Amino acid sequence: MSVINLRVNGRPHTVDVDPATPLLYVLSDDLELRGPKFGCGLGQCGACTVIVKGQATRSCITTVASVAESDITTLEGLGTVDRPHPIQQAFIAEQAMQCGFCINGVIMTAKAFLDRNPKAADADIRQAMSGVLCRCAANVRMLRAITRYAQEVKA
Amino acid sequence: MNGTKNGARVGDGPFSEEARAALDRAGLSRRAFIRGSGALVVGFSVSGVIEPLGPVLGIAPGAALAQRLDGAGSNQLDSWIAIGADGIVTAYTGKCELGHGLYTAQMQLIAEELVVPFNRVKLIQCDTALAPDQGTTSGAQSHPTNFNQANLALAGATAREALLQRAAARLGAPVDQLAISAGVISVKSDASKTVSYGDLVGGRPFSLPLNPAAKRRHPSEWTVLGTAVPRVDFPDMVTGRFEYVHNVRVPGMLHGRVVRPPAVGATLVTVDEGSVAGMPGLVKVVVKKNFVGVVAEKPWQAIQAAARLKATWTPGVGLPSQRSFHDSLRSQKPTRDTAMVNSKDVDETIGRAAQVVKATYLYPYQMHGSIGSACGVADVRGDQATLWSASQAVHPLKNSTARVLGIRPDSVRVIFKMGAGCYGVNGADTVSYDAALLSQAVGKPVRVQLTRKDEMAWENYGFAFVIDQRAGLSADGTIVAWDQEAWSPTLGGRPGPNNPGNIVTGLLAGFEPAAFTPRSPAPDPTGFANNSNAVPPYVSGCVGGRCGGTGTIASERVLTHNVKSPFFTGPLRSPERLQNTFAHESFMDEIAAQVKADAVAYRLRHLSDPRLIDVVKAAANAAKWETRPSPRPNRRRSGVASGRGLSCVLYEGDNGYCAMVAEVDVDQDSGRVTVKRLVIANDCGPISNPDGLRNQLEGGALQGMSRALLEEVTWDDQKVTSVDWRTYRPLYLGADVPVIETVLINRLEASAMGAGETAVTVAAGAIGNAIFDATGARIRQAPFTPERVKAALGTRN
Repeated sequence: MSVINLRVNGRPHTVDVDPATPLLYVLSDDLELRGPKFGCGLGQCGACTVIVKGQATRSCITTVASVAESDITTLEGLGTVDRPHPIQQAFIAEQAMQCGFCINGVIMTAKAFLDRNPKAADADIRQAMSGVLCRCAANVRMLRAITRYAQEVKA
Repeated sequence: MNGTKNGARVGDGPFSEEARAALDRAGLSRRAFIRGSGALVVGFSVSGVIEPLGPVLGIAPGAALAQRLDGAGSNQLDSWIAIGADGIVTAYTGKCELGHGLYTAQMQLIAEELVVPFNRVKLIQCDTALAPDQGTTSGAQSHPTNFNQANLALAGATAREALLQRAAARLGAPVDQLAISAGVISVKSDASKTVSYGDLVGGRPFSLPLNPAAKRRHPSEWTVLGTAVPRVDFPDMVTGRFEYVHNVRVPGMLHGRVVRPPAVGATLVTVDEGSVAGMPGLVKVVVKKNFVGVVAEKPWQAIQAAARLKATWTPGVGLPSQRSFHDSLRSQKPTRDTAMVNSKDVDETIGRAAQVVKATYLYPYQMHGSIGSACGVADVRGDQATLWSASQAVHPLKNSTARVLGIRPDSVRVIFKMGAGCYGVNGADTVSYDAALLSQAVGKPVRVQLTRKDEMAWENYGFAFVIDQRAGLSADGTIVAWDQEAWSPTLGGRPGPNNPGNIVTGLLAGFEPAAFTPRSPAPDPTGFANNSNAVPPYVSGCVGGRCGGTGTIASERVLTHNVKSPFFTGPLRSPERLQNTFAHESFMDEIAAQVKADAVAYRLRHLSDPRLIDVVKAAANAAKWETRPSPRPNRRRSGVASGRGLSCVLYEGDNGYCAMVAEVDVDQDSGRVTVKRLVIANDCGPISNPDGLRNQLEGGALQGMSRALLEEVTWDDQKVTSVDWRTYRPLYLGADVPVIETVLINRLEASAMGAGETAVTVAAGAIGNAIFDATGARIRQAPFTPERVKAALGTRN
């Protein structure tokens, strides 16, 4: 066990855990955040995605020690029900999910990509989303929501 | 039944002394009072009870939420609906939200029937202590069950009429002189005379049975139902506030991990507990027959202990070769045979037919493959158990868990918490047993989430199929006889109330799967039913002089042989219906091509059901279908070829009409298929929520496309080898997706039907037919991988 300092959604946290613990478990179980999800534990589906130093990061295969002192943003850090972030608002406006379990990975991956590539073309967005899985297959609406947000970013 | 022990533990909940005292004063020891996990209940309102409970329960002072605890399949209005003094309407349902929008739709239903604003409705779903026992939420049955003249809808209508009658007495005016607006009843001729629902019944029971004659609000009057109300759960989901079963945290909760056998049929020899001795946080190694698991204080500790635990297993029983698997099904004995229709003249009719067409279609095992591996939380203390589960079947799970734990069903409470989309019997039930067994062993609450591999290697797969089709044609090219014979392996299935061995944890813990009962030959059918869509749409479906089919072909035989499966099987979105429809709709297309007829016109020539005809026409019209035979003329034999195909179904023989046109590009050099456009026409009676319906049709279509093009369970001689998203690769968000257009046929006078499983059912047929139209190559085995497409291209004339 070791004491690790984390900065999550702008707030400092100190946890005492095995430094090899994947970040996801610290976020889900020590910090009790509901945004990042365990989907596969293999970095293959995206459900656990958080943003670390501006990069979409799969928290299920990232050790907590490797992100100590880094700025970590989870889905909760974007906005709230009362004041949703524009990308969250876009997904509500397009009713772009079904069970919603994958939505964390969809939103966090898209946001990290568009933050760095605000003028990205649709094909580039598609490429950026190529490792994210939605088993309800709400793909069409999700891509529409991302495009909607991307257009707002450009405007 | 002792209600205070019914998993609701009045004594140790988050109740204040005042609240407990209020309960005691009211003599409500048989009522469960719960807070937490969003579920709440208050027994029938008793003066002085509700007020102190308001803050505890998170409800406004004066609001009462009444619910019988013995509401199983209840005909009592109070089992379904309660109205608080504040006029808030609380409804209780046994049909749960699975990601398909049912929660929102049921809120719309209640708002509509009771004429209250949508935001004055609360809905409590699928809690065995609170909600009516409505069996399983499955098979696109929720709309037929709860949106017609029964159950939840009837409760709404009964309540509205009862309120009107009470208002008539209170206001001194006949019911037909009353109007309702937002939960307030007024006299039409004197707007000053009003009474609110809260004033009429607030906090008190109706004490009425459901009235089978209660008149539902006609769809032409609807203002909430029938409109595109946004999903109520989406804001919480996109902001990370929504509580899935994966997010349930109970005080003192530990974390479990299961250790599954390395091969199918392997049994446990020894477990070396010393291999994990002293590991940090380890609480216990749990072994029960072939069930093995560990419990630790934190998830990462449980994962590490499970990985290090040394368990020795016997070799597996050995698995049949995948390459020859479909062929082997035909000769496998024993069989359980079922005849759906048999006019007893099929051989004779085909014998004198001018032309005979035959083909065989193959379908693989496929997975539910939920995006979140299954998770369950259980708190088992002595002879009492509480489970938080994403099961589609909370009441059956309550019973079967009691069997697994060896306690009384009355002592188990199952609280539904949504999981990742399940699409059928995924790992939700089995992981609930996992959590329950581990919790029982340590006497503390335990959370278990399966690994991706543990879920994928052991789930109840969707059915593999071999389907032989044969048809006789008359000289003018009309089909005069249709003969289908299918083979499909089965093992286990939904555990239901009594068969925990139907899923892997139950089996490992010592329960056998439901017995496979051979039966051959098949008995003659005694009535027409087409739940599995084994009967093609084009036959008359006549049994005992009554014809329930959707077509005109009188000479008909449909026979299915079930054989024993090496793997667990179970319902996967459109179970059997999808596989059968793929075969029927591909074969119909083959016959049309054989007689050089247009595939739409040829279908219409053999259909009799006007609503099925309408969806076929609507899809074809919307797609601007060009009338001509397939394959398309002047097609190229290399490079990219384009084509279109159609497929249709009356789902389950009575539960939703759908037709789909698919347009595809086939790269004839690589065999790669790209679906460019899907046009779907759907008729499920009166539409509850058009945007929710579109969402289901679009998702169903793409999930069907993923299954048609990509998905297949694989195995070697010992074990399943498709155990993650690299070895079982479905449609990702980066993939090319077609333009999807939906045509919604809204039939206000018809009964409500299901719509969650129609589009997925027709996708494979439509896409396969489009591949043929584009290339002249018929693909008869799903998924349509590039290799299989290339092989089919190689065999065309």
